[in-house]
Amino acid sequence: MKIDKETLLKLFTTMLKIRLFEERIVDLYARGLVPGLVHLYIGEEAIASGVCAGLRDDDYITSTHRGHGHVMAKGADLKLMMAELFGKKTGYCKGKGGSMHIADMELGILGANGIAGGGLPIAVGSGLSAKLRGTDQVTACFFGDDASNNGTFHESLNLASLYKLPVIFVCENNLYGISVGQEKQRLLQDIALRAANYDMPGVVVDGNDVLEVYNATIKAVKRGRAGEGPSLIECKTYRWRGHHEGDPNQGRRYRTTEEIESWKKKDPIERMAANLITDKVVTKKKLDALKKQAMEEIEEAVTYANESEFPALEEMYEDVYVQGDERR
Amino acid sequence: MRELTYAQAINEALRQCMKEDERVILLGEDIGVYGGVFQVTAGLLNEFGPERVIDTPIAEAGFTGASVGAALTGMRPVVEIMFIDFTTVCMDMIINQMAKMHYMFGGRGKVPMVLRINIGAGRGTAAQHSQSFHALFMHIPGLYVAVPSTPYDAKGLMIEAIKNDNPVVFVEHKKLYVEKGDVPEESYTIPFGQAEIKREGRDLTIVATHAMVLRSLNAAEEAAKEGIDVEIVDPRTLVPLDRATILESVKKTGRLLVADEGHKTCGVAAEISAMVAEEAIYYLKAPVARVCSPDTPVPFSPPLEQAYIPDVKDLVPAIKRLMEYA
Repeated sequence: MKIDKETLLKLFTTMLKIRLFEERIVDLYARGLVPGLVHLYIGEEAIASGVCAGLRDDDYITSTHRGHGHVMAKGADLKLMMAELFGKKTGYCKGKGGSMHIADMELGILGANGIAGGGLPIAVGSGLSAKLRGTDQVTACFFGDDASNNGTFHESLNLASLYKLPVIFVCENNLYGISVGQEKQRLLQDIALRAANYDMPGVVVDGNDVLEVYNATIKAVKRGRAGEGPSLIECKTYRWRGHHEGDPNQGRRYRTTEEIESWKKKDPIERMAANLITDKVVTKKKLDALKKQAMEEIEEAVTYANESEFPALEEMYEDVYVQGDERR
Repeated sequence: MRELTYAQAINEALRQCMKEDERVILLGEDIGVYGGVFQVTAGLLNEFGPERVIDTPIAEAGFTGASVGAALTGMRPVVEIMFIDFTTVCMDMIINQMAKMHYMFGGRGKVPMVLRINIGAGRGTAAQHSQSFHALFMHIPGLYVAVPSTPYDAKGLMIEAIKNDNPVVFVEHKKLYVEKGDVPEESYTIPFGQAEIKREGRDLTIVATHAMVLRSLNAAEEAAKEGIDVEIVDPRTLVPLDRATILESVKKTGRLLVADEGHKTCGVAAEISAMVAEEAIYYLKAPVARVCSPDTPVPFSPPLEQAYIPDVKDLVPAIKRLMEYA
């Protein structure tokens, strides 16, 4: 499929922005400005960028513990994100959620999720809701390879297929469930094969090729909007960093340096940059300008987060329950 | 006034809410054609069709989680989990997702859904279909927990649960489904956090839930024969808990017995006893007593099960013991 220049640039810019954001977090985390757990998306940027470029603003996504890329690609505000990662009251969740719980209902972001496999049934629900409300909104549901071994994966694919729901199940297969390699998780290495059990299309794509991801998404979105049911897209990829920041030696307890380096050669961003220049879509100068612009935006977010206040202690007790409702 | 059973009262609440608001949908196992194993959803499939009364596969995590997603995106699902025992297979969706989203997201998004479950032993269904571990949901911030004991309360609390913007665990009692009582035909709500005095008395307060309310009323009649005047407070919701009404009653009578069908250890009765100990210990003339299920799984054999269920046989001696303190 021919992809127009504007879309190509959008795909590239989204990936680049995610990469730069995550690289900035490496530094901020090391300096103790980002507390708790962060799971970085470096190396996997093509998936969120390719999928979300195929969605409309009013479509939904469910995300994972490794969710920064997903929410950025769906349009999340970098300032609010960064402030949330810092635990500040100006953050997306008023500092009460952190890295794993960023949500924005106006952007269709139904929440990152700290539970592996936790987002799949929720995506079925937003799919069901869209169908019952008679809209043609679709839901893209991101999950990892090892979540496919959880019961929620099977329950969700079955329900989505049974009720012909507009859900796109996007498996980010980065080959490891924390430290456990996929050959120790399951016998069949292609998760897409499981789609056949639920009578839905299942495809394997190069998760480091944003155009492949985008094209597969466009097909699945079309199917979803037409009321033909769900799809499964398995994106083969790799995380460059450890499972979380602080995973010793970036996960070298369970991975070899050779393996990590071999995947860095498949960098989705460098690959696309080279193609864009070769195909004369953009100049090197233009790409440098894009990078500079993205870095400035991230720095503004860091400044905003730094200058924001922590929540007041009494805010701990707020938002446990919705106060009032439609009646009062 | 017209009488309905507890099951019919909940059915009527569901029907009225579904008529009024098309966002209200039902999901669960055998709730459509079969009408639910306790017939609570009988007739609703015919009236509202399969899009709104969804007979799901046996996939509790799947359809409970789907209800969370549907609630987040504008629907008001009412989910039936056939027995409280089966919530264990979807506890992540209840505790980590449904209960916490509003808080974790800093107030962004809401999950207006009702999770219908039932408790209670006495049907010979042993340890995986008879449990009463509803106290567990009381332990999780973000959930409201309703515990109706009469058809009137069941209808009013259900309509409130559906209209409420928070996730509500609606705990029914399977021995109460056939109990009859007066129920108005019109739609009405009972606000959460309002206990009701089911019997007024001077000498001793029983805080009772669910079937323990009926059992306590019977025990109170027994005690009355010996001149003991028992007051019975039904909290009606465990979260929020109407502490004020409980404390007021205890301050008046000076004696507290808590009757709940859950296990004694870490149960509803333990929580209410602790609350009274913190707030009103100097008003007590006697130690606090708890009448609960024993700390064993529910046994199958009928004589064992009958002995297991907390009832008048346990309540009357407990009342008399408390009255020995002057």
